[in-house]
Amino acid sequence: MTPTYYLLLSALLFTIGAVGVLVRRNAIVVFMCIELMLNAVNLTLVTFARINGSVDGQVMAFFVMVVAAAEVVVGLAIIMSIFRARRSASVDDTNLLKY
Amino acid sequence: MIASSWLLVAFPALGALVLLAGGRRTDTWGHLLGCATVIASFVYGLVLFFGNSFAEATDTTLYSWIPVDALQVEFGLRIDALSIVFVLLITGVGALIHLYSIGYMAEDANRRRFFGYLNLFVASMLILVLGNSFVTLYLGWEGVGLASYLLIGWYQDRPAAATAAKKAFLMNRVGDVGLALAIFLMFKYIGSTSFEQVFAGIGDVSPAVVTAIALLLLLGACGKSGQFPLQAWLPDAMEGPTPVSALIHAATMVTAGVYLIARSAPIYNLTPDGRLVVTIIGAFTLLLGAIIGCAYDDIKKVLAYSTVSQIGYMMLAVGLGPFGYALGIAHLLAHGFFKAGLFLGAGSVMHAMNDEVDMRKFGGLRKAMPITFVTFGLGYLAIIGFPFLSGFYTKDAIIEAAFGQEGWRGWVFGGSALLAAGITGFYMTRVMLLTFFGKQRWKETKSADGREFHPHEAPPVMTAPMIVLAIGSVGAGALLIIGNNLADFLAPSVGVLEESTHGVVPHALVPWLTVLLSALGALLAWRLFALRDTAIERPQDVSWPVRAARKDLYGNALNEALVATPGLWLTRFAVFLDNRGVDGAVNGLAAALGGGSGRMRRLQTGFVRSYALSMLGGSFLIVAALLLVRFS
Amino acid sequence: MTWLLALILLPIVGALLVAGLRANDRTATLAALAVSIVELLLIIPLWLAYDPSGERIQQASSMEWIPAFGIHVSFGIDGIALIMIAVIALLVPIVIGAMNSTGKLPQGRTAGGFLSLILLQEALTIAVFAATDVFLFYVLFEIMLIPMYFLIGGYGGANRQYAAVKFFLYSFLGGLLMLASAIGAYSLAADRLGQGTFDWATLVTVVREAPASTQIWLFLGFFLAFAIKAPLVPFHTWLPDAAGQAPIGVTVLLVGVLDKVGTFGFLRYCLPMFPEASRQLAPLVLVLAVVGIIYGSILAAGQRDMKRFVAYVSIAHFGFIALGIFAFTPQAVAGSATYMLNHSIATGMLILVVGIVAARGGSTRIADYGGMFKVTPILGGMLLIAGLSTLSLPGTNSFISEFLVLLGAFETRPAYAIVATIGMVLAAAYVLWLYQRIMTGPVRGDALVGVWDNTAARSASVAGGGGSQVGGGPGTAAAPEIGAKKAIRDLSKKEIAVLAPLVVLIVVLGFYPKPVLDTVTPSVNATVAAVQER
Repeated sequence: MTPTYYLLLSALLFTIGAVGVLVRRNAIVVFMCIELMLNAVNLTLVTFARINGSVDGQVMAFFVMVVAAAEVVVGLAIIMSIFRARRSASVDDTNLLKY
Repeated sequence: MIASSWLLVAFPALGALVLLAGGRRTDTWGHLLGCATVIASFVYGLVLFFGNSFAEATDTTLYSWIPVDALQVEFGLRIDALSIVFVLLITGVGALIHLYSIGYMAEDANRRRFFGYLNLFVASMLILVLGNSFVTLYLGWEGVGLASYLLIGWYQDRPAAATAAKKAFLMNRVGDVGLALAIFLMFKYIGSTSFEQVFAGIGDVSPAVVTAIALLLLLGACGKSGQFPLQAWLPDAMEGPTPVSALIHAATMVTAGVYLIARSAPIYNLTPDGRLVVTIIGAFTLLLGAIIGCAYDDIKKVLAYSTVSQIGYMMLAVGLGPFGYALGIAHLLAHGFFKAGLFLGAGSVMHAMNDEVDMRKFGGLRKAMPITFVTFGLGYLAIIGFPFLSGFYTKDAIIEAAFGQEGWRGWVFGGSALLAAGITGFYMTRVMLLTFFGKQRWKETKSADGREFHPHEAPPVMTAPMIVLAIGSVGAGALLIIGNNLADFLAPSVGVLEESTHGVVPHALVPWLTVLLSALGALLAWRLFALRDTAIERPQDVSWPVRAARKDLYGNALNEALVATPGLWLTRFAVFLDNRGVDGAVNGLAAALGGGSGRMRRLQTGFVRSYALSMLGGSFLIVAALLLVRFS
Repeated sequence: MTWLLALILLPIVGALLVAGLRANDRTATLAALAVSIVELLLIIPLWLAYDPSGERIQQASSMEWIPAFGIHVSFGIDGIALIMIAVIALLVPIVIGAMNSTGKLPQGRTAGGFLSLILLQEALTIAVFAATDVFLFYVLFEIMLIPMYFLIGGYGGANRQYAAVKFFLYSFLGGLLMLASAIGAYSLAADRLGQGTFDWATLVTVVREAPASTQIWLFLGFFLAFAIKAPLVPFHTWLPDAAGQAPIGVTVLLVGVLDKVGTFGFLRYCLPMFPEASRQLAPLVLVLAVVGIIYGSILAAGQRDMKRFVAYVSIAHFGFIALGIFAFTPQAVAGSATYMLNHSIATGMLILVVGIVAARGGSTRIADYGGMFKVTPILGGMLLIAGLSTLSLPGTNSFISEFLVLLGAFETRPAYAIVATIGMVLAAAYVLWLYQRIMTGPVRGDALVGVWDNTAARSASVAGGGGSQVGGGPGTAAAPEIGAKKAIRDLSKKEIAVLAPLVVLIVVLGFYPKPVLDTVTPSVNATVAAVQER
C-alpha cells in the first residue's frame, strides 16, 4: 500500500475542512471543520514520518494534538460565552470587531 | 612711522566702538570724542604725509586674515601717494564735517549715535583706501555701505528715509557683486588678491580675463559712485542729514569708485576695451546727471545730481587711462572741497529754513545769511569753472584730455564733457539765484509743519568748516594742477601722466570754450530765473524734456518695471508655489496615505469567514509563487 | 576617559539631575545653566588638546557594542566636528539664559522638563558629531529626533503637533534610507575584508574602491538623509513648520545645530566614502544648492511670519553650504565648514532677537510691528547686527565663510558661483526689508494689541486644527496693555549679557577667523584630497 493514498485522503479531508470553514455559519460546525483540517495535517505528518523513516513527523503530530486540545478548550469557551450573550452561534453575527 | 599706520583706522574705529557700545553714558561728550578721533587721524595723516617721500608703496601686514590653503589673505595696509592723498581728504574734510555736525545735529537727542556712525564711516573709508588687497578694500567698501545705510536712514520714522537707505544698500550690493566676482577671477587666474601680486601677475593673464576683471570692477565702481545704470540711489540718499550728504554722498564715499579704478590702473592699462567702457559710462552719466539736475526744485537733489555728474567727469578721466588717472583724482579732491562746501551751505540754509529743501520757497537769502552766501557762492563759482578757481583747472584738464583722444572718441567724450559744463553753469546758477537772490518768497509761505520762516546765520561751529572748505574750493585746483603737482606726486601709484600731443581740438582753446559755455548756461539761467519771478508752486504744464528730467529720465521707472515689480510678483508666486506646490506635495502624500488607509480599512468587515477566505487566497498565492520559482 | 566622553556624559547627567530634582522653575533653570556653562568650559581643554596637524580623528575612544556585526561605540573628533561641538556648547547656555525673554512655557509644563530635554538634546547632538562608527552615527542620528520631537510637540506653538510629526517623519524617513546604505556599505566591507565592520575609518578605505554604480546607490541613501536634515530644496518644507512652531530656544538649537548634522554628514560621509558618486552627482547637488539659495531667499522675502522668515533664510544659507561642499576645493569646503559655525552664531542670534521681539510684541507677524527702533534702540541694534551677519557683511563672521564658499566654488564651478552671488543681493534685500518693517517708520501701536489671537487662529486654520491658544509659545506673553510705547521694554542688562557673546563672536570671527580656519583646514584638506581624482 503506497503512502499516496494517505496523502490523498488527508488532502481530501483538508479540503472538506477548508470549504466547511468558508461556507458554514454555525460556529460549532466551523470549529469542527478546523479540527478536521488539523487532523488532515496530522495524517500528512505521520505519513511523511513513515516515508522518511523518522519519528520527527509523529512528534509534530503530537504537538498538533496538544495545541488542538488547548484550542478546543478556549474556542468552545468563547463560543459558549458568545452564545449566552447573543443567543446565536452564527459566526456572521459576531462582526463587531471591524473598522 | 608707516608701520603704525593702522592707527589711522584705529582712532575712528575706537571712537565708533565707544560711542555705539557706550550707550547713553557717552551722550554728554560723545560728539567731542567723535571729532577728536577724526582730527587725531588727520594729524597723524599729516605727519605721515610730510614725513615720507612716497616714491614707492609701503605695505604693512598686520596679521593673517583669511588663510586657507592656497588663499592667503592678509590684513594689510598700503601707504603710497594715492592712499595718503585720500587719507588726507577723508580725515580732513571728515574732521570739518564732524565739527559742522556738532552744530547741525545739536537738537537731535541721538547726536552721540550720529557721531558713532560717522566715525564708523571714517574708519571704513580709511580701510577702503588703505587696504593693500582687494579683499581688505572690499571690507571697507561694504563697511562704508553700511555706514551710508545707517546714516541715510537716520530719520528712521520717515518711511522715505528707510526706503532710501535700503535702496542705497541694495544697489550698492549689486555693484559689490561685481567687485566680488572680480576678486574671484583674480584668485582663479592669479592666485592672490593682494595689490602687489595681482598687479605683478595681471600681465600673464589672457586679455579676455583682464577685460572681464576690469568690467566687473567697473560694476562695483558704478554701484558705489552712483554711475549709470546704478545711479538711482544717490539722489534718494539725500534723505539723510545734510552733513552726511556732504561727507559720504559728495566728498568721499561716492568717489570710491574712482579710487578703485585709479588703484587698479595696472589692470586698466592692459585693457583698452575696459577703459573705453569706463569712459562711455562716465560721459553718459555726466550728461545724465547734469540734465536731471536742471529739473529739481529740491536743493539737495540738485546737488546730488550734480555729484552724479561730477563723478561722471572723474570716471571719464580715469577711463582715459594714463592720460587721466591723475586728472580724475585731482578733480575728485577739488570736488571734495567745493561739493562738501556746497552741501554744508545747503545744510546751513535748511537749518535756517526749518529743514525746508524746496528752493521755490527760498529766495533773497543772501542778506539773512551772508557767510553762507559767500561760502556757497565760492563753491558755486568753483563748480561751474569760473576762471582760476578749483573747477576751472581740474575740469578743464579733464575736458582737454577728453578732446585729446583720437577720432570720434575725442569728439564724443570731449563734446559731452563740454556740453555738460554748460549745463552745469545753468543748473548751478539756477540754484544760486533761486536761493540767494530775487524776491524773498519765504515770507509768503510756511514750512510743512506750519511754522513761519525766520532765516538766520548758522553758529560759528557750522560756518567755520564752510569757510575752510570755501578756501579749499578757491585754491585747491590751482595747487593741484599748475605745475603738475598732483600728477607728479601720484606717479608712483598710478603711473606718469601722459599728455596727448594731438587731438581734435587745440588745447589752448579748450579752457576758453568751457568758460564760454558755462557763461552761456549761467546767462540762460539768469534770464529765466532772475529776470522773471519764480512761482512758489511747481508749474505742472511743462514740456516733455522737463517732465522726463523730473522723473530722473525714467531711471526709477525702469528699475521699478524691470526689478521691483517682477520681484514682488516672483516673491508672491514663490510663496504660493512653496506652500501649495512643494509643501502641498508633501501634505498631499500624507493625505493620500491617510486616505488610502481609510479605504483599505473597509476590508476589515468583521466577518470571520471572509478573513478565512482571504487567508486561503493568500496561501494559494504563496504556494503558487513558490511553485513558480521552484519549477520555472 | 577623554574630554570628549566627559562632554557627552555631562549633559546626560545634568538632564537626569534637572528632571529628577522636581525643583521649581527658577532652581531648575539655574541648575541647567550651571551644567551648560560647565559644559562650555569643558570645550577649552578639548580645544587645547586638539592638534590640527595631528591625526585626522583625535580624542578617540572605543568599546564593543554588538561584536557580531563589528559595531562599536566609538567617538572621536576632527577639526570640523570640534567647531560644531564648540558651537553647541556655546548656544545651549545662551538659549537657557534667554529662555525667560523669549516667551513663556505652555501652561502646565515645567522648566525642569523642558531643560532636561534641552540638555539631553545637547548630549545627543554632540555625540552625533563625535561618532566614528557608522552604525552608531545612524542610531544617534535617529535618537536625536526624540527629544526634539517632544520639545516641539510639547512646548511649541498652536500648531505644534502637526509640526512635530512632520519633522519626525521627514527625518526618520531619511534616517532609514541612510540605514539601508550603511548596511550596504557594511556588506561591501564584509565582501572585501572577509569580515564586516561599521568603523568609519575602515569603511572609508573600502567603500571608496567600489564601482561607481554601487557607490551611487549607497551615496543616495546617505545623501537623502542629509539633504532632508540640512535641508536642501525640495526637502525643506518641514523646517518652516518646525521652526515656526518650536519655542525660540528650540528653534535656535534646531536650525543652529541639529540641521548642521546634515551638512556635516556630507563632509564626513558622502564625500570620503563615495568620491566617485560625489563627483558624478555633484552637478545635481549644486543645482539643488543654487536653487535653494535663490528660492530660499525669495521665499524669505515673501514671509509674513518672523520665525518662518528665519527658517527660509536658513534654507538659503544651507544652499551656500552645500554649494561649497560640492565644489571640492579647499577654500570652498573650508568656507562651508566655517559657514556651519558662523551660521549657527549669526542665525542663532537672529532667532533669539526675533524671539525677544515676538515675546515683547506678542506676535510673530511682521506686519504687526513698526518703528520699534525708536522705542527699543538696543534691541534694534541687536537685530541689525544679527541681520548684517546674516547678509554676510564684511567684518562679520559670515562674510568669511560666504566669501570662501563663493571664491572656492568659482574656481571649479564658475557658473554656479555666479548665480549664487545673486543670493548676496537677495540676502541684503530680505534682511533689510525685515529690519525696515519691524524697526523703522512710525511707531505702530498695534504692535502690541490683540494680535496673538489672529496668529493662533490663522496657524490653526492652516493645519486644520490642533492646539489651544493657551498652549502657545512666545505669544502667550501676558496680555499686552494698551499704550504700546510704554509696554515694550528695551533689553535688560541680563539680556544684553546673554546676547553679548554672540555679538563679540560675530565681530571677532569676522576680523580674526584664523583660529577657526586653522582648526578646520587639515580636515578640509583631507576631505578634498579624498574626493579629488587620483
